[in-house]
Amino acid sequence: MTGEGIRQAIIDIIREIVPDEDLSGIDAEKPLRDQIDLDSMDFLDIVMELRKRYSVEVPEQDYQELESMSSTVNYLLPKMESL
Amino acid sequence: MRYDVVIIGAGMSGLSAGVRLAHFGKKVAILERHYRVGGLNSFYRSGGYDLDVGLHAVTNYSPDGPKSAPMARLLRRLRMRMSDLELYPQKVSRIVFPDATLEFTNDFDHLARQSGKLFPGQEESLRRLKDEVFRLYENNFSGAPKSARRFASSFITAPDLVEMLMCPVMFYGSAWENDMEGGQFALLFMSLYCEGFARPKNGIRPILDLLVERYKNSGGEMRLRSGVQRIEVLKGKAVGVVLDNGDTIECEAILSSAGLMETIAICPEASPVDLAPEAGRMSFAESINIIDRPADELGLDASITFFSANRKFRYRRSALPVDVQSGVICVPGNFCYDEPPDTHMVRITNIADPGFWEGADKAGYEKGKIEWRDKSLEVVETIVPEFSDSVTYFDMFTPRTIRKFTGHINGAVYGSPTKLGDGKTPVENVFVCGTDQGYLGVVGSMISGVEIANQRLL
Repeated sequence: MTGEGIRQAIIDIIREIVPDEDLSGIDAEKPLRDQIDLDSMDFLDIVMELRKRYSVEVPEQDYQELESMSSTVNYLLPKMESL
Repeated sequence: MRYDVVIIGAGMSGLSAGVRLAHFGKKVAILERHYRVGGLNSFYRSGGYDLDVGLHAVTNYSPDGPKSAPMARLLRRLRMRMSDLELYPQKVSRIVFPDATLEFTNDFDHLARQSGKLFPGQEESLRRLKDEVFRLYENNFSGAPKSARRFASSFITAPDLVEMLMCPVMFYGSAWENDMEGGQFALLFMSLYCEGFARPKNGIRPILDLLVERYKNSGGEMRLRSGVQRIEVLKGKAVGVVLDNGDTIECEAILSSAGLMETIAICPEASPVDLAPEAGRMSFAESINIIDRPADELGLDASITFFSANRKFRYRRSALPVDVQSGVICVPGNFCYDEPPDTHMVRITNIADPGFWEGADKAGYEKGKIEWRDKSLEVVETIVPEFSDSVTYFDMFTPRTIRKFTGHINGAVYGSPTKLGDGKTPVENVFVCGTDQGYLGVVGSMISGVEIANQRLL
């Protein structure tokens, strides 16, 4: 997967969890939770969907890496580029 | 065949847990003793009519509320949308006591103003109580007062208003007699008065169908007529279940929605060591009266009416087969539907004594239904306009019906007074969800299933 593919995968997951949110204007550098109304359970669901869909494990100590879209993509790239 | 999780009971909590677990790839089987799903919120057919057993209304209706509201949170966990539930809001509900009638809608301000009119000075008290309820919700009810009565009275200084506010809340969720656990009161106060009532037009069945469909589509397995006779425990760990027919099923973990005492009955090792749990004592009888015209044509305009013929609301096991001195009158047709429903009915719920109904022989049981339904109607028709001349058919369910179809000891609708909060039992891989985990009502039981699945099994 490329960085763009991972970004799209994250968008698809967020869309499934919060279908009514507008995800078109997300600023990749800003924290996701400042832009989308996600609570901690929504956030955990993103992690669980990554495991379900791509068998990617995000250990709890790495949750901070998923702060913004670009930090998320950077963090996931080594785990997902071979997919 | 070995499952990751076996769920006992296909009620709202078991189904919701199943949807969540199957969605994330767990190999799940739901085992239900009855031939139909739903548990305490099921449905049946009688006299050619589709009738609900549990549901009067879905609480926690807040379509435009914050995303932190219980129903919004729940729906996100189940990957559902509010529109999937096809809910229609209530019109108006009333609390009718001897000296006062309090009206409430899905707008808390209406209740607050009404309270202030009837009980001078109490509007502000009620608003402060509401603020405290929301503060407790944000803090997961930690530090919630033990007694609901004392909690409410610490804000509201008019004792009659406390009684009136307790009435719907206790009817819709207290496993205790005479009082209620403070945290549960707070949650239900919010669910009933601050958020509100709504109903799916065709009753509970479409919601059940939706949950079952989601569950099966995610790979979950459903086995009806499959009661669990025993949970097999080996060295402090459950290894599987034995069904009523003797079949065994192996699994890694068990989530029981059967109730705490009911789970202990099939798994004595699951009895909490630090508590002495008891069976619930509060059960109800309900008559479902089909009428030949819309109820509002007869002057019954409320969605739900809660009443007490005594100024002090008595919520305790009935000494008589049915305690007709208080009750809940639900008119399922009086919700804001897009088009009027085909069947019109008035449902009347009263506290009932399980002992009488369990002990009666067949003739006595049938006679009792007619006798006590008539006695109940006599009082009800002093509370709302008369409608009995328009009744074309009626059926009644009793504590015995509830026990028979849900397995709840005493037909206790709200389960044991002992709630398990964290869902854990002394058997490391046996968990409890549903009524005796602590959340109540349709939305509450679904939240219970999702939360325990999340915390213990995912």
